[in-house]
Amino acid sequence: MPSLFDKLWAAHAISTTEGGATIVAIDRVFLHERTGAAALNSLAAAGRMVRDPARAFVAMDHIVDTLPGRTDRTLMPGGQAFITETRSAAQAAGIRVFDVNDPDQGIMHVVSPELGIVLPGLTLVAPDSHTCTQGAVGALAWGIGSTEAEHALATATLRLKKPPSMRVRFEGALPPGVTAKDMALALIAAHGSAGGQGFAIEFSGDAVRALPMEARMTLCNMATEFAAFSAVIAPDDVTFEWLQGRRFAPSGVMWERAVAAWQDLISDSDAAFDREILIDATAIRPMVSWGTSPMQSVPLGGVVPQDAPDKPLTYMGLERGQALLGLPVTGAFIGSCTNSRLSDLRRAAAIVQGKRVADGVRALVVPGSSAVKRAAEAEGLDRIFLDAGFEWRESGCSLCFYAGGESFGAGERVISSTNRNFESRQGKGTRTHIASPEVVAASALAGAIAMPEMSQ
Amino acid sequence: MSQPFTTLTSIAAPLIEDNIDTDIIIPSREMKSTGKTGLKDGLFAGRRYGEGRTPDPAFVLNQPAYTHAAILLSGDNFGCGSSREHAVWALVEWGIRCVIAPSFSPIFAGNAVRGGLLPLVLPRTMVMALAAARAPLAVDLPAQRVTAGELSASFEIDDEAKAMLIGGLDAIDLTFQRADLIRDWQASDRLERPWVYLTQGADAGVC
Repeated sequence: MPSLFDKLWAAHAISTTEGGATIVAIDRVFLHERTGAAALNSLAAAGRMVRDPARAFVAMDHIVDTLPGRTDRTLMPGGQAFITETRSAAQAAGIRVFDVNDPDQGIMHVVSPELGIVLPGLTLVAPDSHTCTQGAVGALAWGIGSTEAEHALATATLRLKKPPSMRVRFEGALPPGVTAKDMALALIAAHGSAGGQGFAIEFSGDAVRALPMEARMTLCNMATEFAAFSAVIAPDDVTFEWLQGRRFAPSGVMWERAVAAWQDLISDSDAAFDREILIDATAIRPMVSWGTSPMQSVPLGGVVPQDAPDKPLTYMGLERGQALLGLPVTGAFIGSCTNSRLSDLRRAAAIVQGKRVADGVRALVVPGSSAVKRAAEAEGLDRIFLDAGFEWRESGCSLCFYAGGESFGAGERVISSTNRNFESRQGKGTRTHIASPEVVAASALAGAIAMPEMSQ
Repeated sequence: MSQPFTTLTSIAAPLIEDNIDTDIIIPSREMKSTGKTGLKDGLFAGRRYGEGRTPDPAFVLNQPAYTHAAILLSGDNFGCGSSREHAVWALVEWGIRCVIAPSFSPIFAGNAVRGGLLPLVLPRTMVMALAAARAPLAVDLPAQRVTAGELSASFEIDDEAKAMLIGGLDAIDLTFQRADLIRDWQASDRLERPWVYLTQGADAGVC
């Protein structure tokens, strides 16, 4: 009997090629300014049209400035050309741009669900590895390269071999203070950063069902750090309630009809998977990375493993057996497509409220979308962060990665709510530790990697 | 349209490390052009250059024996991280046409096939043996075989990827041959799932 993934696949399989690939219908394409111009200009140069521009969108998120009063100018050298060329190419193709100062601007994986562009049962692709985030609403969403994006735009399809399936079940209830980010890091730490390689993953189990919508996005977001093809969570009432009324979602009778169709988007009870992983959610603790791969993560109270390889230890300036708690940090970053939604900011603000960022720590909050920023400001979260000494930025990918503009310093130790602790990810030689927004907030206040009070 | 790939003989540069991510292959700060070229200077920039952007002699591609290598040997999960296709474009522009590793990130492998770079999967023991052999390596894609001196191994690749690489085929052209099928499918899908099909400016009244 079919799994959710089998159903999504079958619903989009148009034809099979001689080489055994499937031509899969693509319902939504997202582009961004970092690679959008390359794809759209190449398409235009070949004399090819975008088949259905109304189902394609461009987000200005990767290299836009996040300082107040921003324009097309960005701190990345030469960055402005990426913005202007992507904009003009998108306009020429008739594609909607969530532009630099558009009220709908933001990180694509925040904006798309927020506007109801991604919906249960859809296929959505984007030239961004974290596109798997959007599987959280019950869509089949995956990251592709620029050439594949051209294919999706020109044909409204992609050619691909059906990936194998994996179910990851988180059973039991998460302990208080343990988040979706910790679930993801615990999974990757236990099974390796190649542990989900090429699999279409379904996250299920009590702990996943209990997650609110935005936390589901955080969990699915990290599937690419597990080398997965995609991640999906079966849509349920949590999903439907969250999506209803969003601008691009169907409304009225059409909404009722869509929800009726989406009820079938579950794995049958006897569905077969190529691989299954079972995780005891009750045993998960707040996590933090120590190395240069997300798999190099341990519970916050833990130590750098005795079998840690030399290379990441040298890079991170750590020794085997060293405790993570108490490691001094001089940077703290809350943001990214992983953890920048309103609920993330609320949880961090609850920790920060009435306190001060430690001396010598540069701390930033970068909301995931302009809408998140406005909503946060409406409830006073910006004041909480600003009063504590955080910077409060415009929305974008910002310091999640260093593109030649803003960065943290060489050798600087940073606690970050982002998804990648790769070498030089947030600045040349910067030492990034990834964790939940709660841990980032608590660490910013302590000036050292710290456990949020509610998790103690 | 990419350069067709059939056979390739070259010394293979060993970069035997797991999780060589696309930030290592080409850091974001090195993606200076909005196009697909001008990227080879940025290839492995974080590893290749020392202070003042002088070549670091310790890095494999800076060693005279491997400067012209067209094959790279590496570890598990090669190309993980960002989906940036610049990683493939930079490798190909530098002259690397084949990466041999125990496994690849799925996005990187897809990009590689589209860009005329063969992502060749062999067991780790074989990759290590090829690295130790230090002999020119012959890759025969039609025969799905790798040979280096006494060593020889067959490899798997799916038929579609193989045909695309050998023919240097353009996937869009191939798919256009089925345009009628796609149109018919969409027509019936539109009845089944009308909410999927947006109209231009559908949100115009709201913002």
